[in-house]
Amino acid sequence: MKRWKQNLHKIWQDFYLVIIMIFLYAPIATMIVLSFNSSKSRSQWGGFTLRWYTEMFASRNIVSALHNTLLIALLSALIATLIGTAAAIAINSMKSIPRIFFMGVTNIPMLNADIVTGISLMLAFIAFGISLGFKTVLISHITFNIPYVILSVTPKLRQTSRSTYEAAMDLGATPIYAFFKVVFPDILPGVLSGFLLAFTMSLDDFIITHFTRGAGINTLSTLIYSEVRRGIKPSMYALSTCIFLCVLLLLIISNFAPAYKNAQHNKTIKKREGNSYEKNNEGKLKQN
Amino acid sequence: MAQALIDLAHISKSFDGTLVLDDLNLSVKENSFVTLLGPSGCGKTTTLRIIGGFETPDTGKVIFDGTDITSLPPNKRQLNTVFQKYALFSHMNIAENIAFGLKIKGKSKSYIDDKIKYALKLVNLDGYETRSVDSLSGGQQQRIAIARAIVNEPRVLLLDEPLGALDLKLRQDMQYELIRLKNELGITFVYVTHDQEEALTMSDTIVVMNQGYIQQMGTPEQVYNEPENAFVADFIGESNILHGTMIHDELVEIFGTKFVCVDKGFGNHAPVDVVIRPEDIDLVEPADDLLNGVCTHLIFKGALYEMEVTTPDGFEWLVHSSRLCPVGKKVGIHVDPYNIQIMNKPESEDEEAINLDE
Repeated sequence: MKRWKQNLHKIWQDFYLVIIMIFLYAPIATMIVLSFNSSKSRSQWGGFTLRWYTEMFASRNIVSALHNTLLIALLSALIATLIGTAAAIAINSMKSIPRIFFMGVTNIPMLNADIVTGISLMLAFIAFGISLGFKTVLISHITFNIPYVILSVTPKLRQTSRSTYEAAMDLGATPIYAFFKVVFPDILPGVLSGFLLAFTMSLDDFIITHFTRGAGINTLSTLIYSEVRRGIKPSMYALSTCIFLCVLLLLIISNFAPAYKNAQHNKTIKKREGNSYEKNNEGKLKQN
Repeated sequence: MAQALIDLAHISKSFDGTLVLDDLNLSVKENSFVTLLGPSGCGKTTTLRIIGGFETPDTGKVIFDGTDITSLPPNKRQLNTVFQKYALFSHMNIAENIAFGLKIKGKSKSYIDDKIKYALKLVNLDGYETRSVDSLSGGQQQRIAIARAIVNEPRVLLLDEPLGALDLKLRQDMQYELIRLKNELGITFVYVTHDQEEALTMSDTIVVMNQGYIQQMGTPEQVYNEPENAFVADFIGESNILHGTMIHDELVEIFGTKFVCVDKGFGNHAPVDVVIRPEDIDLVEPADDLLNGVCTHLIFKGALYEMEVTTPDGFEWLVHSSRLCPVGKKVGIHVDPYNIQIMNKPESEDEEAINLDE
């Protein structure tokens, strides 16, 4: 009787999980399936095809949008990583009150609605007489990416003790050499995950890009948006599938790379605790 | 007499309005083992960081071998530091850690390799070159930190509570290691600790600090046997600190009983502090001309018994002896004259500081 009840409980748990997964991934699965559908109909399966994928890569609009998207994502992530890392180091070495203030200031743009950020950036560009185009999109992306970098570098900086930096100086290193040789390797995981996060955010963004892009330039998201208004072509499904897979890949890398590294680290610690020869070694010391 | 290698002159330092060091003067002789000893917050670590160049004093000068190095950054100073938390570079292996300073100085590969071998041998970790930092125990990491510092052949090694994170047994082993290293290397050690036993075991000179002042500076024997004030007496070892009155030279009255002592020059009928170490008290048969009391506590501590004797005035005397005195027994307190240490009563906090220039 009790066993039966337990089983029911387990079934209910699994069911709940399945429902959640369906809600989350059914739409995306539908889109992926439709991207291979040879019929243009959205409700009928007309056989498997890669036609929409070839059509996608043949389209000049799409290829140029892809080029823009990747270039902006890469450049904005790189520049934001540089600025954000420097800012994180500065904020980290501040005294507590200014530090709390500046962390707050950097968090606000992240919590701010994209539409507000987008419109205010557009207004600012126009007010300062900067014509909208590739560079304004790039500047905007750098702007909203910086907080993400700061947020992922700061915890790493907190973990690094100041004394390793001081030890490097003590051994004759100049402050810059000490930073790159000793501090930077320690915060590198945070810098990398900040870069990946920024890259994903930039790849993902539609609203801010939409407001700051001007007429001539499209990224994938704005292209899809304008195409959809003219009636959806199945090549758009193919494109969206590609974007989804790219983002998924990035997410997997940024989530699993640190976890893998930690696991390796824990392994060595475990090994150390298990070793008894160390104690013998301490004993040997006295004899010497 | 060796000449002073490091001279701190009139050093003051405050953090956020709190005075940490107040007009500190200290000189460290070449080839000595000097320990800065004091409770946390007494300014000992700040003093070490000023010598190392990690803090700049608000006022005063740091003289190193006759040159003013007050504003010289740490990387230009001829001294190396061993930090409390080892501060090893975890992404480098042991050999790379030790080679760090030598590579900066542009030494040749064969020179560096020889030095690494020599340093690892010196700290009893031969063959550890390719090990990772994470795979070492705390004591081993600390020895690598020492090896990393000494390969640079500093004139002075600064050690900031290097044994603080180790367990008792390992700490005692490392104390002998450090003394051996000091003798083999023949360089000057400046050591910071709050552990009085560590200080007594290793140092040539102990500098007792409190609240930014130097309370006393001297050999371990001087600091232990002839504390200059109640703080030093209390901080170094256990002691009975009593109010007394100096009747005249070589006679002091404690709780109405006269004790013969060897100190002079405190004046007649002057109030003084009296320090008597627990191991210097002999418990004898009660007599009229002695201070008599009752044994109220008894603890067996292995090598000795720790007892408390309460005298009629309510003072509890701490007594260490290998001879047991049962609780409730009436005893007389006898102290040999040379074991009674007389000190002037401090009139203010400022007066507790001893001006070493005089």
